[in-house]
Amino acid sequence: MSIRRYALAALASAVFAGSAIAKDYELLNVSYDPTRELYQQYNAEFIKHWQQANPSDKVKIQQSHGGSGKQARAVIDGLRADVVTLALAGDIDEVAKLGKTLPENWQTRLPDASTPYTSTIVFLVRKGNPKGIKDWGDLIKKDVSVITPNPKTSGGARWNFLAAWAYGLKAGGSEAKAQEYVKELFKHVPVLDTGARGSTITFVNNGQGDVLLAWENEAFLALKEDGGNDKFEIVVPSLSILAEPPVAVVDKNAEKKGNEKIAEEYLKYLYSPVGQKIAADNFYRPRDEKVAAQYVNQFPKLDLVTIDKDFGGWKTAQPKFFNDGGVFDQIYSAQ
Amino acid sequence: MSRRISPVIPGFGLTLGYTLVYLSLIVLIPLGAMFVHASQLTWEQFWNIVSAPRVLAALKLSFGTAFLAAIINGLIGTLLAWVLVRYTFPGRKIIDAMIDLPFALPTAVAGIALTALYAPSGWVGQFATDLGFKIAYTPLGITLALTFVTLPFVVRTVQPVLADIPREVEEAAACLGAKPLQVFRHVLMPALLPAWLTGFALAFARGVGEYGSVIFIAGNMPMKTEILPLLIMVKLDQYDYTGATAIGVLMLVVSFILLLLINLLQRRIETP
Amino acid sequence: MSASAIGAAASANAARRGSATARRILIGLGWLIFALFLLLPLVIVVSQGLKMGVGTFFEAIFEADALSALKLTLIAVAISVPLNLVFGVSAAWCVSKYDFRGKSILVTLIDLPFSVSPVIAGLVYVLMFGAQGFFGPWLQDHDIQIVFALPGIVLATIFVTVPFVARELIPLMQEQGTQEEEAARLLGANGWQMFWHVTLPNIKWGLIYGVVLCTARAMGEFGAVSVVSGHIRGVTNTLPLHVEILYNEYNHVAAFSVASLLLILALFILLLKQWSENRINRLRHSAAEE
Repeated sequence: MSIRRYALAALASAVFAGSAIAKDYELLNVSYDPTRELYQQYNAEFIKHWQQANPSDKVKIQQSHGGSGKQARAVIDGLRADVVTLALAGDIDEVAKLGKTLPENWQTRLPDASTPYTSTIVFLVRKGNPKGIKDWGDLIKKDVSVITPNPKTSGGARWNFLAAWAYGLKAGGSEAKAQEYVKELFKHVPVLDTGARGSTITFVNNGQGDVLLAWENEAFLALKEDGGNDKFEIVVPSLSILAEPPVAVVDKNAEKKGNEKIAEEYLKYLYSPVGQKIAADNFYRPRDEKVAAQYVNQFPKLDLVTIDKDFGGWKTAQPKFFNDGGVFDQIYSAQ
Repeated sequence: MSRRISPVIPGFGLTLGYTLVYLSLIVLIPLGAMFVHASQLTWEQFWNIVSAPRVLAALKLSFGTAFLAAIINGLIGTLLAWVLVRYTFPGRKIIDAMIDLPFALPTAVAGIALTALYAPSGWVGQFATDLGFKIAYTPLGITLALTFVTLPFVVRTVQPVLADIPREVEEAAACLGAKPLQVFRHVLMPALLPAWLTGFALAFARGVGEYGSVIFIAGNMPMKTEILPLLIMVKLDQYDYTGATAIGVLMLVVSFILLLLINLLQRRIETP
Repeated sequence: MSASAIGAAASANAARRGSATARRILIGLGWLIFALFLLLPLVIVVSQGLKMGVGTFFEAIFEADALSALKLTLIAVAISVPLNLVFGVSAAWCVSKYDFRGKSILVTLIDLPFSVSPVIAGLVYVLMFGAQGFFGPWLQDHDIQIVFALPGIVLATIFVTVPFVARELIPLMQEQGTQEEEAARLLGANGWQMFWHVTLPNIKWGLIYGVVLCTARAMGEFGAVSVVSGHIRGVTNTLPLHVEILYNEYNHVAAFSVASLLLILALFILLLKQWSENRINRLRHSAAEE
């Protein structure tokens, strides 16, 4: 969305809201693990933005974080989220399918397939990179131990897995080779936490493993933590995956609470320059090209496969790789 | 003391009724809901779920580590109970008061504390690393966490019974020439056994189901360090409600049979 | 005193002396186990919490989300413990004062929540009251929220703490038998009078002990509550869940600070428990001397 269009929309909403009476809003954003810091900052900014147009409104935004699948399940089971901002489209698909609280075509309602920011999967290694890890191939070298969460429970881990698969496919040339590669890779994994954040803690605080497969934003965050820069460094592999964490309004819940307008605005504002800058500051890759240009040094360029082009979307990838009996189960039961 | 049928004391209908209604509302109907949910499966489907290699591995791990932890507790719990009942020494009161700490401490706190302790970089874990083995992220770590969480059970069931055995009985046996071990085997063991069994069973049953303290330290590797409750969570996160309830039903049936057996066994020992 | 008695006393003394070494070893072992299994985890929690100084420690405890988590925890405890107290007395009453068929099964059922995995305890309420659950549609139509709100948290807490009071009272009341109550009845007391003036004073300390344990466990429940909470910051997070959240936010020190708060509460409760237990023992002793 261009800035001008955005400004028009904001103006329109200001005019509309100006005539309305003051309201109290309580908005619930159900999100996944690594976005805590992002939304903490964004919420404050959004409230300011909303109150500029509707000075007499009171807005309170509540946050809930956890593994992406677990959070989606909570929404399906009745957690009254006005908006969901999850790790992958597959999880929101399930909310639409099982919870029936938003239409199945939700992803077409916002620009860029409803993903205002993206990320990718990189390696976090210990300072000085003692094991000399440069690319995916190095991960299966002897005595390298790899930390990643469990793809069954963690959205981030699914991106990790697919990125590894893409590498295996490219290096080996066949699916059989790719499966061999990921199987070998998971032999090097000593701990499978249930969520992306759990894995980071295991790697950073408990000193496990030589390399952490992580969301790029999560890796940057680990560097930012006190002393992180002296302890870790980021390694960018030759090939990775474009991780697209989508956002959506949960229509039924928002309607029930009278939050449709503000929920929609909440997500739209993510696409604004302000929202995009906050995303970039929290190490998410912004969609807006102008904002992206300002952060070009922060995000290295690398080859990225995508879920839709290379894996046929989550509707194909999820059952093939992660459901019971899928590739992930096969590599573990064959051990 | 007599425990006889007493038509004089009122309130049988009231208390039994209330007990049953409350139990039904809070425990039985919700658990029943799980059975109903699982009953959407045919026997064959149910069997396929619970006999999947990953479930069997988790089953073995959960029951194995819980059993081991209960055994450890059976030993150190008896020892602690003995020391607390029979001796007075500095700090006895403190130890006695703090035995219940694992009950009172949130399991999540126990989990992160034990992980901080036993992780390879932790206070205790680093010694293990020097010796060439790992505690956290192995079944050993799980066993330790379960031992911590279930520590009070054996101590607290054995302690009062031990206190009720007059010292003179042992002394008399000793006077009659019995060696300490013989005293233990022939005098103390029979008296302590029912309580010990109760403590053991409660510790075991609790250990099988424990979640909060274990997931931090377990490592959660499928086939290796993945416990049953985690597997239920994993199934839930995949929207596989029936799979989750199937494992839930399995765990529940096993725990119920176990507790029932222990209760019956205890009665048999108490009333020979 | 006869010669044989003197001889017996002498050999008993010898046995005592002989066991002095054993005694020392056993006490040492007891201390070692205590230090390794109980003290060390405690020390690590507090020391990690205080790592950045007392200031950050209190900051973490008095932070708004921590306070609202504390409030929620206390509310859940305040509702669930009294309910379980009434249940415990009633259950102990019918189990210990009467004989009836199926008693074994009833006792086992009372114990059952001990051995049900907390995860299952949470799951069953989601299956009942969740949007996809048995009562889900009805609750939605009437705009009643049970799971992911206070009622669900309270229910899960009640579930895991059901047995505590009953467990504590059943052996006590069985031991006391029914004579005193029968006497009261024969003297013309009605049921309630008998309960208030005879039974309650007899079981008072056991009751307190059970309530204290029940409170401790209710405060610390994690697994079951985690399933039904929804993890909304400042709204449906109990104190143990708040610890997990802080831990997951890289906020190691704050996590252990709040954990220390829980620990202090737990220790305080244990103190209460010890006090009530001492009272029980004293009563037992005086009863034995009579």
